[in-house]
Amino acid sequence: MFIKEYIKEVYQGVSSLLKGMKKTGYYFFHPSEIITQQYPDNRHELKLPERFRGEVVMAHDDNNEHACTGCTACELACPNGTIKIITKMDLTPEGKKKKALDTFIYHLELCTMCNLCIEACPTNAIQMAQTFEHSVYDRNKLTKKLNQPNSKIREGVE
Amino acid sequence: MFSFQQWAAQIHSFLLEKTGTYTLLIECIIIGILAISLFAILGLVLVLMERKVAAHIQIRMGPNRVGPAGMLQTVADTLKLLMKEGLVPRLADKFLFNLAPFLVMMVAMMLLAPIAFARGVQIWDINIGVLYITAVSSVSVIGVMMAGWSSNNKFAMLGAMRSGAQIVSYELSAGFSILCIVVLSGSLQISDIIASQESGWWLFRGHIPVLIAFVIYIIAVTAETNRAPFDLAEAESELTAGFHTEYSGMRFALFFLAEYINIFIVCALGATLFLGGWMPLHIAHWDGFNHLMDWIPSSVWFMGKTFFLIFLIMWFRWTFPRLRVDQLLNLEWKYLLPIGLLNLLLVTWIAIKGWHF
Repeated sequence: MFIKEYIKEVYQGVSSLLKGMKKTGYYFFHPSEIITQQYPDNRHELKLPERFRGEVVMAHDDNNEHACTGCTACELACPNGTIKIITKMDLTPEGKKKKALDTFIYHLELCTMCNLCIEACPTNAIQMAQTFEHSVYDRNKLTKKLNQPNSKIREGVE
Repeated sequence: MFSFQQWAAQIHSFLLEKTGTYTLLIECIIIGILAISLFAILGLVLVLMERKVAAHIQIRMGPNRVGPAGMLQTVADTLKLLMKEGLVPRLADKFLFNLAPFLVMMVAMMLLAPIAFARGVQIWDINIGVLYITAVSSVSVIGVMMAGWSSNNKFAMLGAMRSGAQIVSYELSAGFSILCIVVLSGSLQISDIIASQESGWWLFRGHIPVLIAFVIYIIAVTAETNRAPFDLAEAESELTAGFHTEYSGMRFALFFLAEYINIFIVCALGATLFLGGWMPLHIAHWDGFNHLMDWIPSSVWFMGKTFFLIFLIMWFRWTFPRLRVDQLLNLEWKYLLPIGLLNLLLVTWIAIKGWHF
């Protein structure tokens, strides 16, 4: 019936509009919900979201060991050639030759923080750090070597 | 107790004594200066209020750098606009282009005349006050059309056309909601309408039909003042800035100011018609409570109600998405107008039978 439909439409319209106004009204009267960061002022107590992506880092433990096998999965996953991996041949104690990481080159100036390298890594050797103040006067400084000098692969990581 | 009427009478007698026949002229100038300064202050306050309300609704902070808590932000903006060059497009119709912002501003100023700001503070208590307001407010569409046409710009033209269609159609529902109150109070004079609400505001005394009229009024005036969710005339994503695309500097500032003054005026009228203007909140037979309410100055009551309505309009500006043109006209012609007509019938029935409180 036409009249019934009409009234139903009006009722639905009004109730959905009121629902929206309830939400925004709640935000208006609860300033604690404000998510703006007063950045340069609150630099020391800055609260970044858990999944904020600042730059790619490689975690090293106390023995200066990392988990990178030099498989180049991240290099292949990277859409714009940000990562370059140089490998070398190591000798295992049994006298076998084994591929290992020599240098992990990371071009921060090219990186779009897409997170694909982190997802591609089979051994969780690289992570996204939350640092974001990357500005420098020389762009050469943005080309980083992620593995520390004399570091080697952690025992048992294949 | 302080009363504006006594004050005004004192100034009047003082001027009469000193200047004689020029009294009326001097009083007119004083009123003009007061009106212009009210405009300037309202513009600053309302723009700041809008930005702060918008920020808090969108979980942001809003302006907070210029002055204490960002209070001087709008002053800085105004200074910037004053210093900008007012460009006129080469192929524009220069006379109309320059006239349009002043016309829009003049309409806003004329609308100020019958508004009662407090007990006895009214520039012109004309006996057809409500009719005057509805009639004059439709003139502002001419200013908008003038601006759009003379700019020699497709976006401006489209914006002006949309604005015309919108204002002309929404004026009907606004008029019907205003008529509801006119029917109940039996007068077109603003001071009479306020006096008729001494025992209670029409919003509470008129049962549900007046509540519906109030909602329709708020929706219709939002559309009439070209504000979101009905800001098709200046839809940023479609028409850059609509009818004032080509305007810059002080001419743009006049359009901007007129928009906010119009909001103030329609909210003041809404407060006058539905919420009793400067009349304090009175509940029948609660003498102690009524006496306490009388103690609050009438200007505070009026401003409080007006700013409450302005807040309401800002609230749904920042909640709802913009309507499409066909949706906008559907809403008016298929929903608001039939409901408004039926509602007017109900209110008239109530008024004839004397069922209101």
